[in-house]
Amino acid sequence: MVWETVIGLEVHVQLATKSKLFSGSSTTFGAAPNTQAGVYDLAMPGTLPVLNEQALRMAVKFGLAVDAEIGRRSVFDRKNYFYPDLPKGYQVSQLQFPTVGKGSLQITLEDGSEKVIGITRAHLEEDAGKSLHEDFEGLSGIDLNRAGTALLEIVSEPELRSAKEAVAYLKKLHSIIRYLGISDGNMAQGSMRCDANVSVRKLGATEFGTRTEIKNINSFRFVEKAILHEAQRQIDIIEDGGRIIQETRLYDDDRDETRSMRSKEVANDYRYFPEPDLLPIVIDEAYIESVRAELPELSIAKRARFVSQYGLSDYDAGVLSSSREMADYFEEVVKICGDAKLSANWVTGDLQALLNKSDLEIEQSPVSTQRLGALIGRIKDQTISSKIAKTVFEALLGNTHSVDEIIESQGLKQVTDTGAIEQLVDEVIAANPEQVAQFRAGKDKVFAFFIGQAMKASKGKANPEQLNALLQQKLKA
Amino acid sequence: MSRRTVAELSRSLAKGEFSSTELTRDYLARIRAHNALYNAYITVTEDLALAQAAAADARRARGEHGPLTGIPLAHKDIFCIQDVLTTCGSKMLANFVAPYNATVVERFNAAGTVTLGKTNMDEFAMGSSNETSYFGPVRNPWDPERVPGGSSGGSAAAVAADLCAMATGTDTGGSIRQPAAFCGITGFKPSYGRISRWGMIAFASSLDQAGPICKSAEDAALMMNVMAGPDSRDSTCVDSAAPNYMTSLNDPLKGLRIGVPKQHLAKGLGAEVEAALQAALKVFEGLGATVKEVDLPNNHLSVSAYYVIAPAEASANLSRFDGVRYGYRCANPANLEDMYKRSRSEGFGNEVKRRIMVGTYALSAGYYDAYYIKAQQIRRLIKQDFDKAFQEVDVIIGPTTPHTAFKVGEKNDDPVTMYLEDIYTIGVNLAGLPGISIPAGSAKAPNGKPLPIGIQLVGNDFAEARVLNIAHQFQQHTDWHLQRPEV
Amino acid sequence: MALERSDVEKIAHLARLHIDAAEAQEVAGRISSILALIDQMQSIDTHDVAPLAHPFDAIQRLRKDEVTEVDQREYLQKIAPATQDGLYLVPKVIE
Repeated sequence: MVWETVIGLEVHVQLATKSKLFSGSSTTFGAAPNTQAGVYDLAMPGTLPVLNEQALRMAVKFGLAVDAEIGRRSVFDRKNYFYPDLPKGYQVSQLQFPTVGKGSLQITLEDGSEKVIGITRAHLEEDAGKSLHEDFEGLSGIDLNRAGTALLEIVSEPELRSAKEAVAYLKKLHSIIRYLGISDGNMAQGSMRCDANVSVRKLGATEFGTRTEIKNINSFRFVEKAILHEAQRQIDIIEDGGRIIQETRLYDDDRDETRSMRSKEVANDYRYFPEPDLLPIVIDEAYIESVRAELPELSIAKRARFVSQYGLSDYDAGVLSSSREMADYFEEVVKICGDAKLSANWVTGDLQALLNKSDLEIEQSPVSTQRLGALIGRIKDQTISSKIAKTVFEALLGNTHSVDEIIESQGLKQVTDTGAIEQLVDEVIAANPEQVAQFRAGKDKVFAFFIGQAMKASKGKANPEQLNALLQQKLKA
Repeated sequence: MSRRTVAELSRSLAKGEFSSTELTRDYLARIRAHNALYNAYITVTEDLALAQAAAADARRARGEHGPLTGIPLAHKDIFCIQDVLTTCGSKMLANFVAPYNATVVERFNAAGTVTLGKTNMDEFAMGSSNETSYFGPVRNPWDPERVPGGSSGGSAAAVAADLCAMATGTDTGGSIRQPAAFCGITGFKPSYGRISRWGMIAFASSLDQAGPICKSAEDAALMMNVMAGPDSRDSTCVDSAAPNYMTSLNDPLKGLRIGVPKQHLAKGLGAEVEAALQAALKVFEGLGATVKEVDLPNNHLSVSAYYVIAPAEASANLSRFDGVRYGYRCANPANLEDMYKRSRSEGFGNEVKRRIMVGTYALSAGYYDAYYIKAQQIRRLIKQDFDKAFQEVDVIIGPTTPHTAFKVGEKNDDPVTMYLEDIYTIGVNLAGLPGISIPAGSAKAPNGKPLPIGIQLVGNDFAEARVLNIAHQFQQHTDWHLQRPEV
Repeated sequence: MALERSDVEKIAHLARLHIDAAEAQEVAGRISSILALIDQMQSIDTHDVAPLAHPFDAIQRLRKDEVTEVDQREYLQKIAPATQDGLYLVPKVIE
């Protein structure tokens, strides 16, 4: 039996506002417990919410970036349930009239093909606090610093068909929110969290199977593992003649398994109704246009521009525009060295290989844009050859010497003195009479042998063009 | 000196006839003498009052005073006062010392008033008789066998018995106007959004509104000048500055068009109340007003819609009382759920629990459309009825309550009969309009004691100044508001 | 509409209220009489009437994204039933 996995993702993104969604409390990560929980966040009686303008702007920004309908009149609702990390006993969210409506996102699959994934909606809501279970002898400790932080919940259509597609979608989303600067997207710190709705069906079936919701997935890798695991669990149950129960499951990354969250099963009846402490948000065309004007160039546009402006291949342009940081790095290098193609080769080649090896992101690159730009500049002005440049690049790591200092101190400068090259050429010709005879008999291929020998003798430093010209001249003489 | 209006006290303080400290001591002495009977105060803040009185006297000496500087007032115990016990009439908050000030409290403090204490109220403002308070019922100063009305019953009784010069109240379905009518004083609920709700413990957020409880429309205007105005902390508070409510008090009533809802004169209205209303209308006609009948065809559904909307909002508003961060927590909870359930069941009284249950039910899956949405649709119809009426008239006048104050315990068996007593006031909250209750007559109780009768004046959206003007003109030509119970 | 005891138990759980078995019947009766009052709404047809959630016909005001609150933990926790190391303590939360 061939099975197909059907996945929809609900991604919670913490918006990078200085203060909370409805209060003036700070949102800095890692503060001492409850030092960022003010009277509204603690649900002191009589306190009231006022909406953070920046949170709204960020939500609209996201909506425009995914070509979504912007809710001209969005309404906050109360979602009622009791939990110690939810101080008011309700979460202020948006049910019927979200700020961001239907949109879409284009992802690139492993085979290089593109797929468009529908975004159902994205709504603003408050984050909850945290429950800590250790060290309190049978009690839990509640920290409400995070309570009330602005979240954008982005809901996808159930259009993802494999764990890999889900990861591609999530990475694309991550890239967009970072491009827009609306969140740091740090999954380890919980600024981007993912719930996955997973079901399986026989390939070719049109009805969806019963789905489960997996909560608490906090890395790209875990998303893939959790979905793979859950899909297999469901397939095993069905193949054994069982039925899937619609439930919420928790992904446990230590054991690499999902398990049922029974505590959340009890009669979820959230009793949503319009939050009477807030009025409808009305967004007009002028507001939308003012947000649109602030939108940075997004990856698709950037990719096209890289092709037209720099003459890059579509592939290179795609790699270089995949994240805002990568694109910014590349363009800074170009600005310094003045050669886009060389810059593209170096950033996607040697630099990327180095980052991959050390598991670093480009913003953590041990080689700054200044140094890489200077290095490429020296290739361009023929101070060093491309080959020698690789030696210099290696030498840049682990110290702060400039490119020129390294070239100078290690004597890597290209030899361009005609006299010196001529001497090399003469020596090589004299040492290899047999090959000279072959060449002169019409065996052109032997020419490469002479280049190799001369380069070897110069320790790679001879200017290749000059060497080439001189060899041609002397051999034919 | 304690039996005068705020306007009179303000003039006396200005003339130096007595100091705020002397006045405050006088009120504190009256509270000591009479509060045991009326139970109007939950907390008396004597030290705070004397300190504020001294500060007010110093301000007057420096010439930095306003009309209310040095006037002693009481706050309904629904308003948070920093470092003062704020109970909302509930065991749930019997130990709650508020960590911040309500905007209304801040504004009065800035005006230099003197806080005598916190007044008793129905628990979480849910009641029309002040019998649901955890701190015991309040007694009506006209007849201590009777209720003062609710939920701002402590404030109304304190003003009527001269245990303060003025008081704050809140009104969700009549909680300022009905006790004002029962206690023979003036109680004003402004338009929804006119006064900030920050720091006012929420019952039903789309209906709650603070307002003055005092002895005259002029006093209400003086209080409104302090209370009304924008507040950046309340999203539902109007942005525009409030007018000076004193300047238009003496505008003439000639040509005023009064509408009387025919539904309010129908079955259920007590004969004495109807007679008082008719007499009041004659007074207005004598001042140059014309009276015509208006139609509020959906008013009879206002109580039904209200008992969906208010409990629904309350069911969520009261979820924060969970025993985690403040307030009552049950002893030795077995587990988390036990802590929630016992803290809330032991901390809330029966009426509050009933309303939470009704609201929870109305919002629950399968009933939301039939109850909550239906109630909101009726709310629109009620609002439209008022809009239509205000195309023809400037003010709507009718009874505040069908009857005079009832006896303590009289209506406890069936909550629904008590709910129906709010039939004239609730629609005004659903529509968000300004309404004032002013004394307009008196009935005799079987024991011979006089019982006040109130009439209600309802204005169009944000027509507070006009409503106060009409009420003031009535009070310039009648003396019902000057009558005092024997204390 | 009349409530059954089981309805009362379900609602009480949603609202995290404890209702004794002994009181459940009485509570069901009282709430049923309130629901009877409420059901008078069904006497008129409102299918083409837009719900009115709020009497105040205005739009949401926005707040500048500024930190205006300061740390008041010690002060705010003075009124808490149980705290330790700056955390609010509750019976164990089971996930």
